[in-house]
Amino acid sequence: MSSNRQNWSIPIELTVNGRGVTLDIPPQLTLLDLLRDRLSLKGAKRSCDLQVCGACTILVDGMAVSACTYLAYEARGAEVLTIEGMADGNDLHPMQQAFIDNGAFQCGFCTPGMILAAKSLLDETPRPSEEKVKEYMEGNICRCTGYRKIVEAILDAAGKTGGAAG
Amino acid sequence: MHEPETVAEAVSLLGQHGADASLYAGGTELLLAMKEGLLRYGHLVNLKTVPGLDRLDYDTSAGELHIGPAVTHRTLELSPEVAARFPLISDAESKVANVRVRNVGTLCGNLCFAEPHSDPAAFLLLYDSRVEVQGAGGSRTIPLDQLVLGPYETCLEEGEMLTSVSVPQFGPEMKAAYQKFGYHQRPTLGLGVAVRLENGSVAEARIAVGSVGPKPVRVPEAEELFLGKTVGDILGPASGPRLSVLDEAGRMAAQAAEPMDDLHGAADYKEHLVRIFLGRVFAEAVGAAPAAQRSAA
Ligand SMILES: Cc1cc2nc3c(=O)[nH]c(=O)nc-3n(C[C@H](O)[C@H](O)[C@H](O)COP(=O)(O)OP(=O)(O)OC[C@H]3O[C@@H](n4cnc5c(N)ncnc54)[C@H](O)[C@@H]3O)c2cc1C
Ligand code: FES
Ligand code: FES
Repeated sequence: MSSNRQNWSIPIELTVNGRGVTLDIPPQLTLLDLLRDRLSLKGAKRSCDLQVCGACTILVDGMAVSACTYLAYEARGAEVLTIEGMADGNDLHPMQQAFIDNGAFQCGFCTPGMILAAKSLLDETPRPSEEKVKEYMEGNICRCTGYRKIVEAILDAAGKTGGAAG
Repeated sequence: MHEPETVAEAVSLLGQHGADASLYAGGTELLLAMKEGLLRYGHLVNLKTVPGLDRLDYDTSAGELHIGPAVTHRTLELSPEVAARFPLISDAESKVANVRVRNVGTLCGNLCFAEPHSDPAAFLLLYDSRVEVQGAGGSRTIPLDQLVLGPYETCLEEGEMLTSVSVPQFGPEMKAAYQKFGYHQRPTLGLGVAVRLENGSVAEARIAVGSVGPKPVRVPEAEELFLGKTVGDILGPASGPRLSVLDEAGRMAAQAAEPMDDLHGAADYKEHLVRIFLGRVFAEAVGAAPAAQRSAA
């Protein structure tokens, strides 16, 4: 990662939103830069760049990570999911719909990260308590909504998506 | 980026590239520091490519948990084995950072980076934990209380790698609790207490304080002070002009922890926190009602 090695590149293969991608990357490239600059997927946002705010949250093999401080190299062979891959054609993912139904965003900057974090929560715990939702989502910061509607949206989505199982 | 397949290979890569190489586990600290330009390395040695380093084993005969260097906070948080035998660790791990950092960051990386605001470095002291270290010249075992020397400084030599943390289980009678406090992402204070009561009085006590000072510490003076005292003696008010047991132990703990002024607060504020939390955590450990909040005379 020192300057004399900036020209190095390594080949990687990964799946992004269901689509196979093969490309050469510098080893120090972050996954956020790969997504935004190389693949033009601008849903994941950069804000703090410190793993604090969650605006860059995406899922790697289902696991929530901060793409701003995660090497693209680590996603080799993995399935990456960003907000652009959530909807099924024109049908929004239930979590997206729940955010709309509950008015869970204003400016929308935090929303892609919120929705992906919330998805990983429900994949792991289909019917979380309100307490659990608050705990899990603690690392995703929203400067507009005051969080209540976000928590309500997630509980709403849990009621719908996990309904039969719960 | 190097992808060693054995610990020996990882260690030899570190030796070969010296100060231009660094071990890379989750990267949650390392990449931050490199992005900021605080650290620069030409070679990263990815320890996650060595098979088996993500092992989290409970050794039944020794009654010990062995934590490999690729074990993440999240793995510890979600492990049923850890929850059953080390509930304090599973609970404290669930409160480290946020879920994204816990998914990626390792416990060993946390210890080796020795950022003073750290939870595991403090709560693992309650268990008399040990770490295994491997270097070019072989391996050695270090008691955990000797690992961290100060902020961002451990006793590891250049080219050495932490290969395992061993955590002996508490005896069945031990009651323990750990609490953290802070308004920032990282803890301002972390304090743990483990006690064993015999006929109502303290027969064994362990107190660990972290995050407020340059390194986490045990407080043997305060542990000794608790011995022979009942829960009532410890949480009760002072008798006569002397300090209460809790105030005196709190003062010892604050002194041992050497609170520092930093962005989390002034040293005297942290001293105060240590005294307050010693009471709260002790009360939680023994299942008593929290001590009335008294200030020192
Ligand atoms: C936003 C944020 C919030 C946080 N909050 C908390 C908190 O509340 N409580 C808390 O305790 N911590 C907290 N942390 C710290 C977190 O626990 C650490 O970042 C993480 O555990 C480091 O592990 P890693 O695997 O990512 O280490 P890396 O970044 O990969 O490595 C860190 C350092 O340790 C060295 N290293 C790694 N593994 C080894 C090894 N096996 N042997 C020798 N050297 C090694 C590396 O060379 C590097 O210098 C927080 C961090 C962030 C970014
Ligand atoms: S931009 Fe990655 S966590 Fe804030
Ligand atoms: S909607 Fe604006 S930051 Fe959350």
